[in-house]
Amino acid sequence: MKNILKLTLGLLTIGLMGCEPEFENAVTDEGFYSSGTADFSRFVSVGNSLTAGYADNALYITGQQNSYPNIMAQQFEFVGGGDFTQPLMNDNLGGLLLNGTQIANNRLVLSIDGEGNGTPVILEGQPTTDVINGPTGPFNNMGIPGAKSFHLVAPGYGNVAGILNGTSNPYFARIATSESASIIGDAMTLNPTFFSLWIGNNDILAYATSGGTGIDQTGNLDPTTYGPGDITDPNVFAAVYSQELDAMTAGGAKGVVANIPNVTSIPFFTTVPARSIPLDAPTAAAVNAQFGLYNTQVLPGLVAVGVISAEEAALRMINFEAGTNYPIITDDSLTDVSAILQGPPFNLPEAIAQLLGQLRQANDTDLVVLIAASELGTVPDPGNPSGVIGVSIPLEDRLVLTATEHGFVANATLAYNASIQGLAATKGLAFVDANAALQQVSSGGIGYDGGVLTSTFGTGGAFSLDGVHLTPRGYAYVANLFIDAINAEFDATIPKVNIGDYGTITPANN
Amino acid sequence: MKKAFLFSILILGTAVMQAGGYRISIQGQKALAMGHTGVAVLNSSELVFFNPAGLVHLENRFNISAGVSGVFSNVAYQNESTGANTMTDSPMGTPLNFYASYKATDWLAVGLGVYTPYGSSVEYEDDWAGSHLVNNIDLQAIYIQPTVSVKITDKFSVGGGPIYVTGSVNFNRNLNRTLTDLEGNRSEVTIDATGVSSWGWTASTMFRVTNNLTVGANYRSEIILDAEDGDADFENIPNTPLAPFEDTTFNASLPLPAEMTVGLSYSCEKWLFAFDFNRAFWNVYESLDIDFANPDIPDSKNIRNYKNASTYRFGVQYAATDMFTLRAGYYFDESPVQDGYFAPETPRNDSNGYTAGLTLNVTDRLGIDASFLYLHFKEVDASYDFYTENGQSVPFRGTYKSNAFAPGLGLTYKL
Repeated sequence: MKNILKLTLGLLTIGLMGCEPEFENAVTDEGFYSSGTADFSRFVSVGNSLTAGYADNALYITGQQNSYPNIMAQQFEFVGGGDFTQPLMNDNLGGLLLNGTQIANNRLVLSIDGEGNGTPVILEGQPTTDVINGPTGPFNNMGIPGAKSFHLVAPGYGNVAGILNGTSNPYFARIATSESASIIGDAMTLNPTFFSLWIGNNDILAYATSGGTGIDQTGNLDPTTYGPGDITDPNVFAAVYSQELDAMTAGGAKGVVANIPNVTSIPFFTTVPARSIPLDAPTAAAVNAQFGLYNTQVLPGLVAVGVISAEEAALRMINFEAGTNYPIITDDSLTDVSAILQGPPFNLPEAIAQLLGQLRQANDTDLVVLIAASELGTVPDPGNPSGVIGVSIPLEDRLVLTATEHGFVANATLAYNASIQGLAATKGLAFVDANAALQQVSSGGIGYDGGVLTSTFGTGGAFSLDGVHLTPRGYAYVANLFIDAINAEFDATIPKVNIGDYGTITPANN
Repeated sequence: MKKAFLFSILILGTAVMQAGGYRISIQGQKALAMGHTGVAVLNSSELVFFNPAGLVHLENRFNISAGVSGVFSNVAYQNESTGANTMTDSPMGTPLNFYASYKATDWLAVGLGVYTPYGSSVEYEDDWAGSHLVNNIDLQAIYIQPTVSVKITDKFSVGGGPIYVTGSVNFNRNLNRTLTDLEGNRSEVTIDATGVSSWGWTASTMFRVTNNLTVGANYRSEIILDAEDGDADFENIPNTPLAPFEDTTFNASLPLPAEMTVGLSYSCEKWLFAFDFNRAFWNVYESLDIDFANPDIPDSKNIRNYKNASTYRFGVQYAATDMFTLRAGYYFDESPVQDGYFAPETPRNDSNGYTAGLTLNVTDRLGIDASFLYLHFKEVDASYDFYTENGQSVPFRGTYKSNAFAPGLGLTYKL
């Protein structure tokens, strides 16, 4: 009797708990959203740091959880999407170790001082992710930070032995199935039914973020001869891109690809103004006096002996005035006159000749990179208070993307994007115009329910503290772009996310 | 056996809101079985709640009624544009009541009631889409009401008494939609106040028009629960001057609105029919303002703007045999929540309640009451438009579908 009563009460309780309210049309019902003509059961995403969820100059867990492929995979669950496994880091510090030695910095966080000013600083702490103790895949997210187009098909790009000499990649070495594995090869072990590919950004960005110190390899068809900061030849790009799409569609998979944003949409290149050195009238006059003979004697003299043209001499004139000034910079596209200046008729001391060797003042066509902000106007040698970067010490070449260099980048971007869009059309893939979309973010912004998403550094919401990679909100916006493209191409109705639900930069004082 | 069952419910003890706002209309097993009518029903000491003026008309000298229901309520939420969806996992609510009355003389009866007319316990999945509005809430209020009932004439009586309320509230929500600590844990606040007490009163009248027809009216005053120096606990706050949150205390006021009920009953041989009309004066609930003691922490203003709301109740009773009395009822409960103010901590739209129950008369003196309530809510598209980020209104929209079941048991003893 006792037991029967207990059983009855128990069943009654379970029964009533089970009477959950049901929507007439529940979003979780099969068929509420449609996958259209695509099959999302095995989704694999291939790319670089953007695909990995890299942010704040590091790869860390919460960034990975907000990667655009992971957000897409969560939405794919409404239309038959399967599990989406990512090679999560060990911690939220983001630093990377190789055999216990740190080879990548921790993430940046926004530190606020007593006056309320924010500065990106490296988060303190001992990172715990070691390349040699990587997790075992297979992984649906094959975004490898640092990868260029031709790296995806390069065997041995995940060989631990090549990390220190730069022939392989620590993030791929961490998860590669073998020393000779390639990224695409490992991705294909999942036999995907659907893929995304966003690659090529580093083929120009590595050059651009290093201020054009690398080489534009346009015309050189052998990528094994490229340096890390070089621009990939557009024909090489088109060939490997086509090869990669062939590999990924070989099993009948459908997919989505995205093109490459222009560097002028990225706060790393747009935050620090070309004109950034404030001087009062006496200081400007004193600085000008230092360059007086250079402007009036040296430059005309160089023109007279035919070393430089009159145009180049005009470009190299130095003139400061009261107000905000252009810093002096080293521009390696100028004629190097340091040797000539040490000889007759100039006979300048070596130190001064070196200073003037490829010197000019910046102008509005130059893009000064974000990390120059921490150098401009500073005095690197406390023993020499008059040695001010941008005034008496030129801003290094690596911190300025000149108009010429930017032209190389823009040309390559244009060529890559033509290849991407053309190949997408040929292969029947969904196409995301990430270039146009990020252009819109940087020019007017994208409205959402809590404000406007812009590319303004720090406050705009789209870009993380490294100025290149996106925030969770930025990645959510990208995920929506991909979903839009997929819905349009494959007649699907996958729901998008609300980007207002995703965070931006992380304020934290060490 | 029954004792064990009651105990197991009581230790889970909490209350679930299952009528408009955070009102729980389960104040008597007999009344609930009849659509929670009772302002003009001469049945038992449940009159302490429904109409104290009627106590003096009870046939027996000494009456006790006690009961408890187990409330299983669920809220489903979804947003079709994003696919966000969740289902509450609220604990079982246990509204309980105890009433006793004693007829001292032919014209005077005294009574005591303990009951729980307000409460709410809703638990969403942590960090769900609306977690910036609520993760979970547990609100309880226990009313203790000494009562007198006086017969003025054979047909006309009045009653009433003071009400002592003791209550508690525990509420958790995320600070906003995105703030986290470095590990990605959402920043949240829990406010907790217990032992919050206040006083109110009730007054009522009953008129026995004929032997078959009775009319009644009952008024319960508004009671404001002022929580003072409750605990506000901030968790997962990043170390930055931009998020100056630290544990502090808070003051807040929660109104338990006044309620007016008028109704009638008509008996005919073995049948009794009852109708009640409730008017709950919810317009007192304009805003839930949480005033944190720490001046660096911005106060939390949560606009509610409830409107007064009515409930229409119908009940019928059939005395089938000496041993069994059967009851059934229906009510329509209007929500006090206005368009654009639909906050997920009280996700209530208009509802239809269907009730049934019976009394098993074990002896002449002792009866066992059972009741069952099914509360049906229509699916509703709703939004709460008064959450702001950076001064901009960020509506929280979605489709809600709720229901509730409440089986209950009680005892009636008369002497």
